[in-house]
Amino acid sequence: MNLWPLLGIAVVVAGFLARMNPLLVIVAAAGVTGIAAGISPPDVVATFGKAFKDNRYISLVWLILPVIGLLEQAGLQEKARELIARVRGATTGRLLLLYLVIRQITAALGLTSLGGHPQMVRPLIAPMAEAAAEARHGPLPDDLQQTIRAQAAATDNIGLFFGEDIFIAIASILLIKGFLETNGIIVDPLSLSVWAIPTAICALLIHGARLWWLDGKIERSIEETKAR
Amino acid sequence: MIGLDQLYVVGGLFFAAMAGLSGFDASNPKRLGNAAFWGLLAVCFLFGSHLSDLINGLLVLALALLAGFGCLGRAAPSATTLEDRRASAERFGARLFLPALLIPVVTLAGSFLFKSITLGGQALVDPKQTTLVSLVLGILLALVLAMAMLRPKLLTPLQEGRRLLDTVASAALLPQMLAALGAVFLAAGVGQIVGHLAGSWIGDSGPLVSVVAYTFGMALFTVIMGNAFAAFPVMTAGIGLPLIVGRYGGDPAIMAAIGMLSGFCGTLMTPMAANFNLVPAALLDLKDRYGVIRAQFPTALMILGANTVLMYVLVFRL
Repeated sequence: MNLWPLLGIAVVVAGFLARMNPLLVIVAAAGVTGIAAGISPPDVVATFGKAFKDNRYISLVWLILPVIGLLEQAGLQEKARELIARVRGATTGRLLLLYLVIRQITAALGLTSLGGHPQMVRPLIAPMAEAAAEARHGPLPDDLQQTIRAQAAATDNIGLFFGEDIFIAIASILLIKGFLETNGIIVDPLSLSVWAIPTAICALLIHGARLWWLDGKIERSIEETKAR
Repeated sequence: MIGLDQLYVVGGLFFAAMAGLSGFDASNPKRLGNAAFWGLLAVCFLFGSHLSDLINGLLVLALALLAGFGCLGRAAPSATTLEDRRASAERFGARLFLPALLIPVVTLAGSFLFKSITLGGQALVDPKQTTLVSLVLGILLALVLAMAMLRPKLLTPLQEGRRLLDTVASAALLPQMLAALGAVFLAAGVGQIVGHLAGSWIGDSGPLVSVVAYTFGMALFTVIMGNAFAAFPVMTAGIGLPLIVGRYGGDPAIMAAIGMLSGFCGTLMTPMAANFNLVPAALLDLKDRYGVIRAQFPTALMILGANTVLMYVLVFRL
């Protein structure tokens, strides 16, 4: 068996570790992989170009930016901050925990489009998570602000990933069903989604606990900054 | 019938507008680079279906070179001050949330309703694309609502959208590029090689080793491919079906369900899953490109461990 196409994976790993421009890394990896597999360079370019064209729909999500930009200019983030600052007992950890639960439940019901980074996390969830900490501690040090933002994005992903597979008509369940069928095994989609529930509960407990402890982490970080 | 072709025209016009506005942006010293980048993307959106695969490929090559050699700059930040935005937030209050919430509502409603609307015996919307069509419709309706409410200058939404697009910059194209890389991996047979290696390495070393190899293999191969969907057939054909189900009599539904979720743990740990990990880092202005991955890493490892235990406990006993 020709193992050389794996060289493309090495290019990807090295490129990402060296923090080179990702687009360049991807194009280089595609070239190396294709040529190592014995595909002629023009055919590699054509294969890549065709797949890029066929996947244009992925980039349609950016159409949302004018609406978000317009609303942000009109004070959307500020309104979200003010709203959360008025809720007594609201903390960053509790807010994100609530969002995790809502995201997991709605995704499990198939409502995966209620959320996402450009439409929910950037304009609403991340500013709210920051504001909840600011309301208690005043302006946040830079690295803490970055941590909170990253955690807001992480929570959206984790809620989505470990909720959506409970819904029987989601793409991954259909893929599993189709793949097993071609291998002569008939499974009921419902049994697949039922067996996604134990992992969903583990994910809620694990990430929930991390969010629960996030408030303490924020407090310690603030005290450390003050001590310095 | 409304389908991808119409959406690509909308997308193409949007990216063409981004290119045009970028070209005239005196605040950006690299404005021509930005104009060329978004302009080439607009060409791909508007005419891609009529161009040959090779031309499309050369176009992508040009995009990567523009991004890779630092030809893209950034527009100046918005002219509004914090005070302006606070005053505006005060004035419009919670109504500001309405357009933002309209998007998911229309997306959801459209995804269900469009499936049953027909026009002259033909579906109004391509049944395979109802969610995307509804999303774009939701965005357009939200834009109309926001314009009616805020009454900004006509070009303001496009200018503000361009500012946001500039903060994301070339990372905006990563998800689409990675999908294309996946196609090259497929054509080169990378999956078969990995599946073959994985299967022959473990051999006959018991059910526990097979389960560990399968869950961690799913995660690891997802880290490489950036997508659990690409890893699933490879790992399941290499380890899951022949060993866990075939030799040790495990339950295929449990194996597959938890196996896929182990792949999702990999998705949380890799820059290759750009739309979940790198794009939000850019959108949230994180200094560390891998900040979101860092935040997810401990959770992902722990869930992967939990998946391995769950599979070992459940798959052979039911």
